[in-house]
Amino acid sequence: MAHADLAASTEQALGGAPRKQQLIERLTAELPADIVLHADEDLRPFECDGLSAYRQVPMIVVLPSTIAQVQTTMRICHDNDVPVVARGAGTGLSGGALPLDDGVLLSLAKFNRILDIDTDNRRATVQPGVRNLAISEAVSHLGLYYAPDPSSQIACSIGGNVAENSGGVHCLKYGLTTHNIVQIEIVTVEGERLTIGSSALDSPGFDLLALMTGSEGLLGVIVEVTVKLLAKPELARVALVAFDDVRKAGDAVAAIIQAGIVPAGLEMLDNPAIVATEEFVHAGYPKDAAAILLCEVDGTEAEVEEDIERVREVVEREGATEVRISRDDGERALFWAGRKAAFPAMGRISPDYYCMDGTIPRKALAEVLIGIGELSEEYGQRVANVFHAGDGNLHPLILYDANQEGELERTEAFGGAICRLCLEHGGSITGEHGVGVEKIDQMCVQFPSAELTQFHAVKEAFDPKGLLNPGKAVPTLHRCAEFGAMHVHNGELPHPELERL
Amino acid sequence: MQTSIIPQLRDTADGQEADRILRACTHCGFCTATCPTYQLVGDERDGPRGRIYMIKQVLEGEEPTEKTQRHLDRCLTCRACETTCPSGVEYAKLADIGRELVDQKVQRPLPQRVVRWLLRHIVAYRNRFGFVFALGHFFKPLLVGPLAPLRQKMPPKQERIDWPQADNTQRTMLVHDGCVQPVAAPNTNAHAARILSKLGVRLIAPKASGCCGALSQHLSHREEALDFARANIDAWWPHIEAGAEAIVITASGCGASVAEYGYMLRNDPVYADKAARVSELTRDLSDVLAQEDLTSLGDIGDGRKVAYHPPCTLQNAPGLHDNVAEILTQAGYQLTHVQDPHLCCGSAGTYSILQPTMANELRDNKLASLNAGAPDVIVTANIGCQLHLEAAAGIPVRHWIELLEPRMAQPAAA
Repeated sequence: MAHADLAASTEQALGGAPRKQQLIERLTAELPADIVLHADEDLRPFECDGLSAYRQVPMIVVLPSTIAQVQTTMRICHDNDVPVVARGAGTGLSGGALPLDDGVLLSLAKFNRILDIDTDNRRATVQPGVRNLAISEAVSHLGLYYAPDPSSQIACSIGGNVAENSGGVHCLKYGLTTHNIVQIEIVTVEGERLTIGSSALDSPGFDLLALMTGSEGLLGVIVEVTVKLLAKPELARVALVAFDDVRKAGDAVAAIIQAGIVPAGLEMLDNPAIVATEEFVHAGYPKDAAAILLCEVDGTEAEVEEDIERVREVVEREGATEVRISRDDGERALFWAGRKAAFPAMGRISPDYYCMDGTIPRKALAEVLIGIGELSEEYGQRVANVFHAGDGNLHPLILYDANQEGELERTEAFGGAICRLCLEHGGSITGEHGVGVEKIDQMCVQFPSAELTQFHAVKEAFDPKGLLNPGKAVPTLHRCAEFGAMHVHNGELPHPELERL
Repeated sequence: MQTSIIPQLRDTADGQEADRILRACTHCGFCTATCPTYQLVGDERDGPRGRIYMIKQVLEGEEPTEKTQRHLDRCLTCRACETTCPSGVEYAKLADIGRELVDQKVQRPLPQRVVRWLLRHIVAYRNRFGFVFALGHFFKPLLVGPLAPLRQKMPPKQERIDWPQADNTQRTMLVHDGCVQPVAAPNTNAHAARILSKLGVRLIAPKASGCCGALSQHLSHREEALDFARANIDAWWPHIEAGAEAIVITASGCGASVAEYGYMLRNDPVYADKAARVSELTRDLSDVLAQEDLTSLGDIGDGRKVAYHPPCTLQNAPGLHDNVAEILTQAGYQLTHVQDPHLCCGSAGTYSILQPTMANELRDNKLASLNAGAPDVIVTANIGCQLHLEAAAGIPVRHWIELLEPRMAQPAAA
């Protein structure tokens, strides 16, 4: 594979085949044989997650269906110094569940039951493999829902959402995953069960729940999640606003927030994204617009009526060429349908796409978008922008053809340049998809080595042997030194204090 | 997704078609959310994305074993995944290519080969199947001990009702007569003919038509399926030339297949145009009735509670449109709420015979949701679902068209 140093990150591998055979014997001695997969034919389908450009066949896949089986797997792997990568629905876009050739891939997809719905406290306790949308569907008849709604919510699992601290179109108002869970249970690297958080609003001691959320499988394996449920708003309406200029659209986003409106969602699509999704969903998006905004407000009927009119005033002042306001829930769903299907719909206009996830301050929106357009010309790759404009979380989708030699490499370089552009404007390299393997090199640009050292210290506190999802999320200083040697930007070397190879 | 199909396949029609389909897949995993088998077992290999990946491996030169075969066999071909796929991956077409390729490389054990042969050579021919069916009923009392499960599979014989008198002044439509339905539920088409006759349409069932080809298609004999398709086209063509307005489908499983004749025979210089025309004319019975004025039928339902199970082939296959719920509501029936209508009942053509464990689990779940609203009757629009559900439902399972007959003429509840 193109990213060979992942294998290097787990170079403690003790000599391939005999070790694999030994581990299979130990695992099958304590687990049902049919949940331990080790033949290449069985392993292949697990070699990548939602980011299929990165692939690695795992040494072994384990498909447990009970927490005891997870514990057994962890204990055996820990005893034998075998790294473990946990995987939920495999919909992640940063390669967080990319397997290791000397490691065990632990699939939690069989944990798909909702364990308890507590209407008094508005909580649901679910297994980690439960689909995000399945939670809202299960409590819909009670007038409740689970707020974070990533675009992949139909398929992505709640365990994966916690591991990546997923957001979604409504996180502007309702927060990320971390704001919507109260308790999780994990299995530690040694195979012990540990409850983090509590059913109360706050618990004494360090806020470990916040630490665990977004830890990308580096600190423990999530086996149970208790989420908050919210009452469905009485009413929600969405404004579909078109602009003939990306800059005006960017300014309108800042103006809406400035006006003191807190939209439930505020999304933007640029022209290539509008055209691609419209072909598929037929949501009625104006295909000639330079950009559209989708601005949703929710609450009581009076609030919504007032807010949506204010949104209309603001965007018209900012030069909107068209404002359409959803008349009913059907139309609202239609307006959103294009946005929700925008990513994979790219599969219709390009064989492959590469999704970036940078964040920037809202005021820099227009400038960064124009900068991405310039980079697109420079690298000769098409790009479509679909993003959470309200919280400045960009999702540039770089279109490429993996079957053309060199295109993936050029795309990755383009992606790296977008990350740097975000950082230059005071943003970060990832808003919600996680670092995974995809953006690990950009972590070297984002954080100085002192901070990275502290990150490693946190990991060591949970996982002294470094067996949980090694090689993801937090780069080794060694890796950063190599990366710095390769990418000298504006004459500045990242981590100049590190010795070069 | 990146692909590198091996040279000997890359230049074949199948290889190119498979590559085209694979290239549309972005490996996003949305499909797993609506896949009945993935939702049941939570194993990547038993979901569409995993199956696509396994087919890709074979196309890229990996030698498959019976394991790949088993996971492809476990696919229902319900096509729920296609409705969820935002990238428009034509999964079912890829699955047909993949299955046949794997079956060429992996020989099945003898008992499997025998069952599959029987399905293709007995069930797909209405006379042969009719003979076996009659024989089965004759010997039913002897089906005890290990043979007892076969009894459950056997639907009760229907008291045949009459077709309406031919009225040559009426508009005409063709009806597909198929293989299993005319034997196991011969009255379905008769009811359809009677209702349509009241609306001024004469339904014609040409004797020479037969199995739609779906059985062969899904049992890795696509060439054989094409022969069935050509035979049907030949049987229908004179009527189409004489002005038949539509090919009416009363078993959506067959309908999904006939609606694809145009695609299946696209490379056949003799049949391509005719096949495309046939697919164009193919319409589900509910779609046909929805275009007619049904007020003359009156309020037949009288508020009776009906649970409707929409077959996958009617919900998911392109080319068919489902108007059953609207028609029954208009006829005065009260439709109960059914959870997860998108999930397959487990019938899926020959699936209930070849994969009984998974099929029965899916059926149990389906019947639980169908019965939750305490309906008087369950209705569906495909003979496969009807027989599969009927065997365990505990309440009558009918083709919905039967409910449009005046109450006196409706078959009594079992």
